[in-house]
Amino acid sequence: MAEANEKYVLRLADNALILGQQLGEWCGHGPVLEQDIALTNVALDLIGQSRMLYQYAAELCGDGSTEDDLAMKRDVFDFYNVLLVEQPNGDWGNTIVRQFFYDTYNYFLYDFLCNSTDNRIAEIARKSIKEIAYHAQFSAEWVIRLGDGTEESHQRVQASVNDLWNYTGEMFTPDQLDKDMYELGIAPDLQEIGKAWRKKIDEILDIASLKKPDNEFFHTGGKVGEHGETLGFILAELQFMQRAYPEMKW
Amino acid sequence: MSKEEIMNLEERFNRYVAEENKVEPKDWMPEKYRKTLIRQISQHAHSEVVGMLPEANWITRAPSLRRKVALLAKVQDEAGHGLYLYSAAETLGADRQQLIEDLLSGKAKYSSIFNYPTPTWADMGAIGWLVDGAAIANQVMLCRTSYGPYARAMVRICKEESFHQRQGYEIMMALAAGTPTQKKMAQDALNRWWWPSLMMFGPTDDNSPNSAQSMKWRIKRKSNDELRQEFIDKTVPQAEFIGLTIPDPDLKWNDESGHYDFGEINWDEFYNVIKGNGKCNKQRLDARNKAHDEGKWIREAANAYAEKQAKRREQSSSVA
Repeated sequence: MAEANEKYVLRLADNALILGQQLGEWCGHGPVLEQDIALTNVALDLIGQSRMLYQYAAELCGDGSTEDDLAMKRDVFDFYNVLLVEQPNGDWGNTIVRQFFYDTYNYFLYDFLCNSTDNRIAEIARKSIKEIAYHAQFSAEWVIRLGDGTEESHQRVQASVNDLWNYTGEMFTPDQLDKDMYELGIAPDLQEIGKAWRKKIDEILDIASLKKPDNEFFHTGGKVGEHGETLGFILAELQFMQRAYPEMKW
Repeated sequence: MSKEEIMNLEERFNRYVAEENKVEPKDWMPEKYRKTLIRQISQHAHSEVVGMLPEANWITRAPSLRRKVALLAKVQDEAGHGLYLYSAAETLGADRQQLIEDLLSGKAKYSSIFNYPTPTWADMGAIGWLVDGAAIANQVMLCRTSYGPYARAMVRICKEESFHQRQGYEIMMALAAGTPTQKKMAQDALNRWWWPSLMMFGPTDDNSPNSAQSMKWRIKRKSNDELRQEFIDKTVPQAEFIGLTIPDPDLKWNDESGHYDFGEINWDEFYNVIKGNGKCNKQRLDARNKAHDEGKWIREAANAYAEKQAKRREQSSSVA
């Protein structure tokens, strides 16, 4: 039986945590109560998934680290999330588009991971896939609603699609670790995931009467710890208590 | 209807509630009963929604992932309570949109406790333990209130609130059993939240002019002072158990009455915060207004899309 590399598990965990952390900022500030509740649900699912993954990564790590040590005591260069999830919340439409791009990827990824040769990852994926399928449906529906809503919503959501587009390619650009994990049957062929993703994105953007940007330049680096400027601020809040009051139990 | 007929109906209504019957949305009820309930239920709904803010303030900074998940879920429950309560108010003919407008314009009130700030993590413990604890005392009573939909909403809300209260107390317990810094943080939060929590029950009975009518209609079933005393009697031993000190030098057990005696509440502070002079009155309303204003284009888009979809369905069914 294959065993995943700790770094690969951290990638999965960091994506879920950083996105969940950002969505948590919406709690209490959503456009209507129903959507406040819905987005908080997604945040709860993601942070819940990150916990299962950090617990596994902590075991692989084997030095007595806990889920909180991994989440709260690593600095920017040791975080392996993709750049997309650290992009700022922006307005609600921006959050929805970021979510739509990510959820769609995450759905195809976890659909594969349910049958990963790493048992523990497969188990976590099977626990999470229903939630992720719901996230993908929720964000796609909202992209359609905003794209096909009013003139203003159409323009705003198109601007978000354009702004976030350059951060999508990283998800499907495999590096050596992705290739190694694929070889072991732990992780999927990211280029295949990319094809499925593009097909779904094309379909939804078309229904929403939104245009896919033709820019094919994509930022990369998040997966190996090369981040932009926002992640440091996200971590500053996330890690504040553990940094200000080290070695205490809460 | 003649005045006399209304009088007769009112008498019958009073008897009906005095016999512990529940009033349902379609039943006849005195206009003042309806208005009192709309005001009370909508204030309660607003309190849930504004009450999300002081705790949401700590979601991104919770000290562990376990605490973060619990806090997020708790604040989300409050949004859910807001929804049930707005629905209960709607059964009385109120319009949710209008109720929200009244909150945003500052016309409607919400519980003053949420105008106090949450500067430290221990405030998450203190709010759960004390604020939710005080709210539960009131809400347990409301599970037996005479208006059916309100009573039923309360049963559901109470279950979740008791869970929140245990969660808050557990945060305080962990802090009180922690390092001296953590214990100091817990004591500081208790010092700040104790008196405002006692004020949550409202003015003393001799200064609460509307209470008598509400008691007669079985909307309210215990007086402010009774509920406050119950809360104090229950909470003091909980503080002692975890080694924290209630910030009231006059607090002491009275063998004769079987209750704790306590010091004078600073009612000037209470009325001052109601008037708008609490530390966070402005921030809370600003935050609600900002969310509402920035959400306008999203609500409009959702409505426009729903209309387009309805038209499309109509067209396709007329073709078929």
